[in-house]
Amino acid sequence: FFSSSFVLIVQYPDSSRPQFTNSPTMIVMVGLPARGKTYISKKLTRYLNWIGVPTQVFNLGQYRREAVKSYKNYEFFRPDNEEAMNIRRACALNALKDIANYFAKEQGQVAVFDATNTTRERRGVIISFAKEKGYKVFFIESICDDPEIIEANIMEVKVSSPDYENCDKEEALEDFLKRIECYKTTYVSLDDESDRHLSYIKIFNVGSRYLVNRVQDHIQSRIVYYLMNIHVTPRSIYLSRHGESELNLLGRIGGDSGLSSQGKKYASTLSEFIRDQAIKDLKVWTSHMKRTIQTAEALGVAYEQWKALNEIDAGVCEEMTYEEIQENYPEEFAMRDQDKYRYRYPKGESYEDLVHRLEPVIMELERQENVLVICHQAVMRCLLAYFLDKSADELPYLKCPLHTVLRLTPVAYGCKIEPFYLNIKAVNTHREKPVNVDVTRMPEEALRTVPEHF
Amino acid sequence: MVSDATGLRLKLARLQVVQLICLEAAVNGYSTQNPSFCVIPTTTFHNYHYWHILFSYSLINVHTVRSAAFTVRTAASRPQFTNSPTMIVMVGLPARGKTYISKKLTRYLNWIGVPTQVFNLGQYRREAVKSYKNYEFFRPDNEEAMNIRRACALNALKDIANYFAKEQGQVAVFDATNTTRERRGVIISFAKEKGYKVFFIESICDDPEIIEANIMEVKVSSPDYENCDKEEALEDFLKRIECYKTTYVSLDDESDRHLSYIKIFNVGSRYLVNRVQDHIQSRIVYYLMNIHVTPRSIYLSRHGESELNLLGRIGGDSGLSSQGKKYASTLSEFIRDQAIKDLKVWTSHMKRTIQTAEALGVAYEQWKALNEIDAGVCEEMTYEEIQENYPEEFAMRDQDKYRYRYPKGESYEDLVHRLEPVIMELERQENVLVICHQAVMRCLLAYFLDKSADELPYLKCPLHTVLRLTPVAYGCKIEPFYLNIKAVNTHREKPVVSQRTFNSIADHQFQQLISMVYLFSRMWM
Repeated sequence: FFSSSFVLIVQYPDSSRPQFTNSPTMIVMVGLPARGKTYISKKLTRYLNWIGVPTQVFNLGQYRREAVKSYKNYEFFRPDNEEAMNIRRACALNALKDIANYFAKEQGQVAVFDATNTTRERRGVIISFAKEKGYKVFFIESICDDPEIIEANIMEVKVSSPDYENCDKEEALEDFLKRIECYKTTYVSLDDESDRHLSYIKIFNVGSRYLVNRVQDHIQSRIVYYLMNIHVTPRSIYLSRHGESELNLLGRIGGDSGLSSQGKKYASTLSEFIRDQAIKDLKVWTSHMKRTIQTAEALGVAYEQWKALNEIDAGVCEEMTYEEIQENYPEEFAMRDQDKYRYRYPKGESYEDLVHRLEPVIMELERQENVLVICHQAVMRCLLAYFLDKSADELPYLKCPLHTVLRLTPVAYGCKIEPFYLNIKAVNTHREKPVNVDVTRMPEEALRTVPEHF
Repeated sequence: MVSDATGLRLKLARLQVVQLICLEAAVNGYSTQNPSFCVIPTTTFHNYHYWHILFSYSLINVHTVRSAAFTVRTAASRPQFTNSPTMIVMVGLPARGKTYISKKLTRYLNWIGVPTQVFNLGQYRREAVKSYKNYEFFRPDNEEAMNIRRACALNALKDIANYFAKEQGQVAVFDATNTTRERRGVIISFAKEKGYKVFFIESICDDPEIIEANIMEVKVSSPDYENCDKEEALEDFLKRIECYKTTYVSLDDESDRHLSYIKIFNVGSRYLVNRVQDHIQSRIVYYLMNIHVTPRSIYLSRHGESELNLLGRIGGDSGLSSQGKKYASTLSEFIRDQAIKDLKVWTSHMKRTIQTAEALGVAYEQWKALNEIDAGVCEEMTYEEIQENYPEEFAMRDQDKYRYRYPKGESYEDLVHRLEPVIMELERQENVLVICHQAVMRCLLAYFLDKSADELPYLKCPLHTVLRLTPVAYGCKIEPFYLNIKAVNTHREKPVVSQRTFNSIADHQFQQLISMVYLFSRMWM
């Protein structure tokens, strides 16, 4: 009763990827101001979205700024300020309502509640709310008592916040420190004994130590693993493609060709560039494919090969030009243009598969410090989308030209990106999304955005 | 000329022991450091076609290496997990699961390719003191015994140093109580002197039920209690634990804050992780946080017999044959009869596993990672066709089936790497039925049954047979269930590999061969 010529309609279309979580999960941040809660919230959210778990941050500070249009000074946060307390409580309830809406109406799976949540009472409200709705709760508490780290945090992200638009840095710093003091009086950390039934991770001093309690499921386990691998040591990540390859010149995709003469020029220019950058303890990673290995060889330093960094497998379309793909597989070509992120080449891969296979690379990149990754166009797009928080729709169209090094440096809550074009001419391999993506389109419409080649 | 060249090419392809240095012309510009030789990545080294192309373009200038100092970058095909060797030091009172964790962790690390070994101090002690009388040996005031135990510890450390230096070990698990600061201090100094990293795993448990269960499961049947009945053994062991309690000092948050460790409380309800230094420690922590001891069973089965199985063809994505469909419905009855609580069912993305799962009538999840090994250019071929079209590849595969990678395909080693998230999730789960493929099932089985890389590709995983794995004591109990639906046999044993072409080339012949190649290539320059 199974026809061998049709792909089976499987029971759960979403089950092509293992279910990370069934009930939605609320991640609740806990900690005094300037302990990195928003940093962790944003970074974790970026990671979860990249691996395909719809996640959103709900930052209580933003709700408060909506409710109280202009911030005067730290007195708003005094524990005896009844009026302010009511406003803040109302904001928290609004945020919880928005979280419920995100789960129910917007297919969210994880919501990060980014607030101090420093009292047992506030945490109790959240736990009751989640219990009533059937959400799982996982607390992330950040504990830090190093005054240098705290001051550095304040200078990096607080003094430039909307709250201190009209103050100079010294004033802002002073006010913020008083703000922290307001919280300290009522701060109750998650307790080993009384909170032993809760699921949480306590992060001490920016990750030198962790206390993990009652991890409930797969997604919490992944979150814990991720948190234990990230660090805040300043460093840079360099992303580059291999030098121009023989198949690039011919406009053919995939394959495993060597470098063209321009490609070799790039490899040696890259070597000089890296030397000039004078990077401390640089690690170099390549894929298993000739063109990245040849590029790395020119650097004259040790490098590691990752199979996971191999270019997207184009299956039956390997080593074809776009013209040949249009000729031989016009419907496939059109379907790819319709949903480039999820489309899988017959006997090949999709960008979605690529992200899945690149996850260990990202985890290791988080652990490392200075790294140069020499990879391929689709792979570089996936890595870039992770660092720059690009959506699945934007990812397959990110521009990653040949012979250009991108330097990514973490700064504040995101990543600074600096492109370095090393001035060695190369073909363009970037194909924009054509206007007509319908399967009935004419070949010219399909091929309009194909870059030139020999 | 061409046929001679062919013969030479074939022989060259088999010369893996001889380090070939080649001169690459401008077409494949490799290292510019020294134009007279270059480094070949392992993947290319094993790629017969690479040599074929180079030789046919007469671009090789072959010299043999006299010294062994030249190495191909073999290790770099997988990222370095660790540079210095790592000592994992267990800490905890007896019956806290130290040996259980040691063995399980060692099994996992070896499976992912990190050479690891357990050094169990109890075994050293049993060697030194042939017969165990009673708990009095472990009394803290027993001077003589203390000396013996200290000597055993030093012997174990010596063996660890030997394992790292002489046997290419990367991780050593020192399985002992290590409950005093003094003993831990000795280990830390030893490691510091030798340049080893140290990572402590402390297991803390105060639930008397768990402790008694542990004792009954693994202690009363230990060699120490061969001639005692269970009650006696239990009583003596509890007294043994008391001996340790008096001097037990746990890893301290303050004074041990510079050490790297994980403290596991009450079989995993809570963890304290301090100063993870590197990738391997991070992986170890992740693994420890995902394992559990809740009783459960894992069922492994292949898909039902497929159309391509019937034709003796490997790989592909065909549907079930009629026998295969019979198996699917029989499997459904079998699973129902097993009455398994909360069974999860996993399949690959390939038709034959999905069709098998469909017959069960329950929800199932598809994992791309469970897809069969990719045979690259040999996909959908019979073994006869592979022998006809790729005879050298076929032979190389038989020489090292674990590491051999099909051209444009995968190796078993790649499979293990891709299956690691599946194993991690299997550890987290409870009752699971995995419907997969022959090579995949071999990899999973090798993990649970601690089989080496040499044994793994030859494990027997016949069609229409369900293997039930149940964790017990320090290992896994395995029960096969043949569901009595006939199927073809797809198991290919390792043939007696002909060493003729390799061994029979005597030295002088070899030198002649090389000179011929040299001259031949010179003619074209």
